[in-house]
Parts: sequence; C-alpha cells; structure tokens
Amino acid sequence: MTKGQAISLQKSDGGSLTAVRMGLGWQAAPRRGLFGSRTREIDLDASAVLFADKQPVDVVFFRHLVSDDGSVRHTGDNLVGGVGQGGDDEAILVDLARIPVHIDQIVFTVNSFTGQTFQEVQNAFCRLVDETNGQELARYTLAGGGQYTAQIMAKVHRAGTGWQMTAIGTPANGRTFQDLMPAILPVL
Amino acid sequence: MTAELVRGQNHPLPEVRLEIRVSAGTPIVAGATLGDEHGRVHGVEWVAHPGAPTLPGIEVSQQAAADHRLAVDLAALAPSVHRVTVLLALPSGSGGPARFGTVAAPFVAVTGLDGSEVASYTITDLAAESAVVALELYRRQGVWKVRAVGQGYAGGLAELLTDQGLPEAGQLAGSIQEAVIQGLARSVAAPPPRPAGADRPRRTAAPAPGPDQPHGGTAPQGAAGNTSPPQGHHPTSPYDAPGPQDATRPDHAAAQHGGPAPADPSTGTQPAAPTAGGPVNYAHPGRQTTAPPTPPPTAPPARPGQPAQPVAGDATGWSMDERLYNQVWGMFEDLARTTAAYRSAVDFAESRMEQELDKVLSDPRSRIGGQGDAAREAARAKHAELVDQARAALDRDLAQLRAEADVVEPALPPPYASWDNPVWHGYRVPMEIPMALRLGDLHLPESEDVRIPMLVRLPLERGLWIDSGRSGSRDSLVDSEELRRLAVDMAVELAARLLAVHPPGEYTVHVVDPAGAGSSALAPLVRSGVLAGPPAAGAAGVSDVLGRLTQRVDLVQMAVRGGAADSLPPGFDTAEQLLIVNDFPHGFDDRAVTQLRYLADEGPAVGVHLMMIADRQDAAAYGPLLDPLWRSLMRLTPTPDDHLADPWVGHAWTYEPSHVPPGSRVLDHVLTQVADARRSWNR
Repeated sequence: MTKGQAISLQKSDGGSLTAVRMGLGWQAAPRRGLFGSRTREIDLDASAVLFADKQPVDVVFFRHLVSDDGSVRHTGDNLVGGVGQGGDDEAILVDLARIPVHIDQIVFTVNSFTGQTFQEVQNAFCRLVDETNGQELARYTLAGGGQYTAQIMAKVHRAGTGWQMTAIGTPANGRTFQDLMPAILPVL
Repeated sequence: MTAELVRGQNHPLPEVRLEIRVSAGTPIVAGATLGDEHGRVHGVEWVAHPGAPTLPGIEVSQQAAADHRLAVDLAALAPSVHRVTVLLALPSGSGGPARFGTVAAPFVAVTGLDGSEVASYTITDLAAESAVVALELYRRQGVWKVRAVGQGYAGGLAELLTDQGLPEAGQLAGSIQEAVIQGLARSVAAPPPRPAGADRPRRTAAPAPGPDQPHGGTAPQGAAGNTSPPQGHHPTSPYDAPGPQDATRPDHAAAQHGGPAPADPSTGTQPAAPTAGGPVNYAHPGRQTTAPPTPPPTAPPARPGQPAQPVAGDATGWSMDERLYNQVWGMFEDLARTTAAYRSAVDFAESRMEQELDKVLSDPRSRIGGQGDAAREAARAKHAELVDQARAALDRDLAQLRAEADVVEPALPPPYASWDNPVWHGYRVPMEIPMALRLGDLHLPESEDVRIPMLVRLPLERGLWIDSGRSGSRDSLVDSEELRRLAVDMAVELAARLLAVHPPGEYTVHVVDPAGAGSSALAPLVRSGVLAGPPAAGAAGVSDVLGRLTQRVDLVQMAVRGGAADSLPPGFDTAEQLLIVNDFPHGFDDRAVTQLRYLADEGPAVGVHLMMIADRQDAAAYGPLLDPLWRSLMRLTPTPDDHLADPWVGHAWTYEPSHVPPGSRVLDHVLTQVADARRSWNR
C-alpha cells in the first residue's frame, strides 16, 4: 500500500472487525560521541483521536493512555525506539465492541515528538493489525518519507453494524496530535 | 548498575561504607562473622550477632526481622580481617518455620549509603536448611569484593559456625538463639503483602556484565575460575568445590547430620536442579522458588454469545486476598469506565439535539408549514435513539457487574466484607495484618444497586475524618444532633473493624473525648476493654494523650533517620496506634492543635494514625489555619454523600458507610473476641 491510497476493508470472511491494534516501530538513533553517550534520541508518538460526528470527544496518547470509557488503550510511551527489526515500539489497542455508541470514527496519527523528519528516522513504520487473527490490515513505511514530522495514518469508522478501516497516509507536520487537528478534520 | 548475582559469582565493591539489606517473608536472624586471610574465625568476639550486634566496622540487628539492614564499614575493620561472612538463620523455639524450604527465598542486596544497589542475590534452592551463608565480602590484593555464596546448613547455626572453624560454635549458636527469643517480644511483624513486583526493586532479566563478570551462563564457573581458592579454607565452601559434588550438597548435608524430614510436598515445587553442568542454577534469581500460589479460579468457558460466568477471585495475585482486592478494584474501574462511556454519549446526544433545534429555529424555511415541527421531531428522535443505545450498552455492562458482585461479595474475607456479611459471625482473631480494609461502599447515580466495596490499603496512608457536620450532606432531614451521634457510631464501627483485622498486640486505639459527648456511643469499645485506656477527658487528658503520641512519633522518626531502628527503648509498644478524637476542637488549646496537625502530617509514616470525628464549622474560629489538616485527612460521612472521585475518570461517587445491621450483635461478638485475644497476648 502506498501513501494517500484510501481503501475500505472488511474481514475476508465477510465479518466485521472487533479489535484492532495500531503499531508503530522505529530504529533508535545511532550512538555518537567518544563514549557513545551523546545520542540524539528519536521519539515518535502514536495517538488515537475519538470523534463523534466530527467533534473530538477523547484522545489516547502518551499523556492519557486509556480513553475514559476504557475501549482504547495505549501500551505506553517509548522515548527512544527499538532495534528496528520490525517489532512495534508503541501500540494502541482498540476494542471495537466497547467503543461508546456515539463515537463513529477513530483516527490514528504518528508524530515525531523530538522533531526529526521521517527522512532522518531509520526503519520507521506504522501498521494496523486485526487483533483477532494477527493479520496486517495496512502498513506504511515512514522512513525516507520526506520532510514531514507527522502522518495521519488511518481511520476506523462505523459502517452499518460493524466497523471499517480506511487507510489515509496523509503527511503533515506537528509535535503532538493537537497540531494535527486542522489536517485531520478534512479526512473525517 | 546493579549486578544480579547467581551462586558463586562475585562482584567488586566500589565503596567501603555499605549497607546489606536482607528481606525475607518471615522474621530471620542476620549476623556476620569476621575471618582472617585464611578464612578462619578466631573466636566469639569475631562474630556479630543479635546478642553482640556491634563490632568495629560492622553492625547487625538485635532481633529477628523480615527485613534487615546491616551497616558495614570495610575501612573500619581490623587489619587482620580479610573476610566478612553474612549469615542468615531461622530463629528456633519461636514456633516459626524451621526450614528455609518452607519460606520465601531470602533476598540480599549490597547497597551504597544512598540506597543505590551494587549487587543483589536471591538465595534459591534451600530446603531443609535452617541457616545459610548468604554473602561473603572478601579482600583480595587490597580490593574488596562480594560473592554470592548461598551455602545452607541443615544443622543450623551450630553447624554453620563449626564450618567457619569456630571452637565454641555450639555454645555461641545457643546464645544467639537466646538473644533472639528475648528480642522477639519487641520484633516488628513482617510487612503486609504488597502487589507482586512492587516490593522489590525491579530487576532486569539480564544483568549487565561487570568488569570481571563474564556474560552468559558460564558466569559462575568463570567467576570461580578467576579467583584462586583461598589457602587453607574449608573444603565445604561451594565455590571451592564446583561440579557435581556441589549439586548434591543438600542431600549430602542432610545425610551427614541425621537427616531432616523429607521435603514437604507442598513446597516440593522448586525447579529441579539441572542434571548436568554442575552447580549452575538456571532458575531466574528473581523468581520465587517457594510454593507458587494455587492458581486463581478461572471462569468456565462461556457459552457462545453470552458473557462468561463470573467467579470470585478471578484476578491476578499471590493470595486469595490479593486476588479479591484486585478483582474489586477491577470492578471499580469497569464501572467508572462504562459509566463514562454512557455519560459521554448522553452529553453528545444532548448537545447535538440543541444544535439541531437551534438550526431549525434560525432557518426561515422552517417557519413555513410543518417543516419546522418535523425537523424538531427528527432531532428529538435522534437524541432518544442515541440515548437508548447508550443505555442498552450500560445495562449490558451493569448486568455483568451485578452478577460479578453477587459472587464476589459472599466470598470476601472479614476485612473486605460489610457488617451484614455472615463471615463476621464466624470471625476469628487473625494472625496477619490484611492487605486492605473496607471503609464502606461506593456507587454512582446511574446504578444505585451496583455497590463497589471501598477497599483501602493498610496501613492507612492518611488519617480519616468522619464529618459530623451538615455541609455537603445530601440528607438534610437528619438533624445535627443525630448526625453527631451517627458519626461517633460510625467511628466505633471503623475502629472495631481496624482492631478486628489486626493480630492481637498489633493495634492500639486511644480515644480523646474531652467533654464526654460521645460516651454513650463509645460504650461498646470501652465496655469490651479493647482500648489502651479509658477515653481521655478534659484539657489535661487531651494534652496527655497528644503528648505521648507526639513523643512516640519523634522517637521513631529519630530512630529511622538515624538508621538505628533497633535502638528504641525496651518495652516500646511496636503496635500501630490509632487516635480517635471526638468533638474537636473542644478541650484543645493552641498547643494541642499544633500537636494534632503534627500527628496528622508525620504520624502515618511511623504508624500513628488519626480518626477525627468533627464538624468543620465547630473549628471555624481557627480560620484557614486548619485547612491543611482537613485536606490531609480522608473525609468520610455517616450518611451517603457524593464527594469521592475515582482515579481514572474522576466521577463523583457516593460514599456510604457500612453500618452494623440494626439489632445485630456482631459488633459485640467481634469486640469480645478481640478483647480476649488482647488479654491472653498481654499475659
């Protein structure tokens, strides 16, 4: 899948999704200096914004790890990244069955909190996984992705009685999800 | 950087002034022997033990305790001392466990004076042993190092000391145990269980290799290899005899010394020693090797399409108490979150309806014909539909929580149970302090019938304030005299509960009732004889009780800050203290108010707790001076009142105390048992 491509997803067996995970991974910055003590750490942050009829109702990010209703959970802030071998360094788990009835869209974003553009980050990716069977629904390679510090990755929205996912992949700039709100609203 | 040592491994010591911290699940004796360059202990004056706790450069505790801090100053040791051996032993003759195999694996850590860990070691794989050499600090070419030893002795202290080459070993072992039994009377009980992982510093799975600490599984052999065996030292030291011989040591020792009882089947769950590869123990040192807790009851698999049947104790924890505690907190969080979802949906539905109605009103087209009415109707229908959906989701969750509460409530032990629970009729004085105490119930207006037990950890972190005033109370029908009486009744019930859940001699309750206003309500406590003395009356009584408790806080603080927790005067009452103050501020002068504030601030950390029965209006004359006091206390009300917030979403929860059912004799029954146990304990 490439950036900007928007597709609708249903589970291949025709059923709808019940639990999804957004994963974010990147490789820690190489050590510098005489003793390897001077690093310029890279901190990417994953966030999820819950919307009711285009109004933001709740946000899950590193300062608020669980949505008030308990349906969306962030596994915790990773400040430096991983070894870059494909594991998720941050993840947001969404229990779609427990999302309050008025929430109709959840938008996932990635921000570079320390300000490096995706060009400077190695092995960075974000992906959406169907938690029930571990199948990857969408994956973006962020690394080498141009002079951007943020990306609006995908949205999960109600469709009939179930849920659907639409990949967005719009690049943007900002330190936290608040900076992205103007860029998010057009994709709702 | 902490090095997590395994048996036989060594680690350099960066400082000469150190602390050795020992923690075990049960009171144990800690001591140290000093050895010369050949490892020989020359005489009893080379042994630091509870009967002779201080030697130049080393100080040990005077009594058996679950936690020890041994002070070591390597620079202050006599020049002839080349080895300090830290030993642990189970006290004999006190009715406690007789073998290390039946208690949690002792954990020892060498720390700097600032508390930073240098090295730590969990002594695993002990079975029939009742004494063990935990660590050894030794001088090699002018440099001090620590080695994890873990050599146990089924023959106890006498055998251990004999092994050190001490001629009068048997005699010394006897006098050590003697000193311990004398000290046991003022020993502090093991701390109440804490959640797994919180009680010990978090340790990483793979210790970072130190300079002379090769990485990986070869560490023990490698370490043993690059320290040449000390000359002439005793051949039974584990680092001297690597290989299969060492792996069979416990049996070997057992056979030599008359043979202990066969391993208790309930504790026979230690990881099997590796059959090949010598003394390397592949068990994670941080892992408990005592009997693992019985697995929690799990819910039977749910039938498709239906939620799982709830089961009491279906949560994580090392004991049933801890599981029930975690389950109750899980229910608390679930109710907070599902209600948050419902409220958020209803708020949204309302704001959307208002916007849509406004739009209809401002749209000129809606004035024509029935268009406006239809639009208004549609907006209201949308609102109703969303609220109905939200309510259905809430009801689904509430039904599940109700079903869970129905199985959890009857399973609760007395500390967690309300007074109407039959478990109180079978009450027995406990042997251990429980993890938590139920202060009452919490509920939300959306779900009046789903009551969450309000469990707080013991010992209490904050004092309690039972508000006998009218402010904030929803029940304005109760007159203020009635409220005051209810507040004292509630204080009596809470005090009885606190007394009942502590072992005898672990909790002392003082009452201050300057004008005797609460004497009739306090009668159950006074009559049964569970108090430390009669309620203090008058200004003189107030200043006497406050003076004594203030002095106690000062003493304990000084002892703790000075690192000399064992130097408290003999006969010092180690029980937690609760001071109940009725009718504040009657009978309080400025000095007494200052002392009370001091107790509220400093007391909880050193085991002095406060329970105030007060109407804030009565103390209005003090102005803002007392605001910090009220803020530092947890406010509870004798009638239902919504003033408590949850930690996740911040809903206002209605608190309701747990009252003894009218006509029930359960309070007298419990207090009688507590009083009997106190009397026989004091004898």
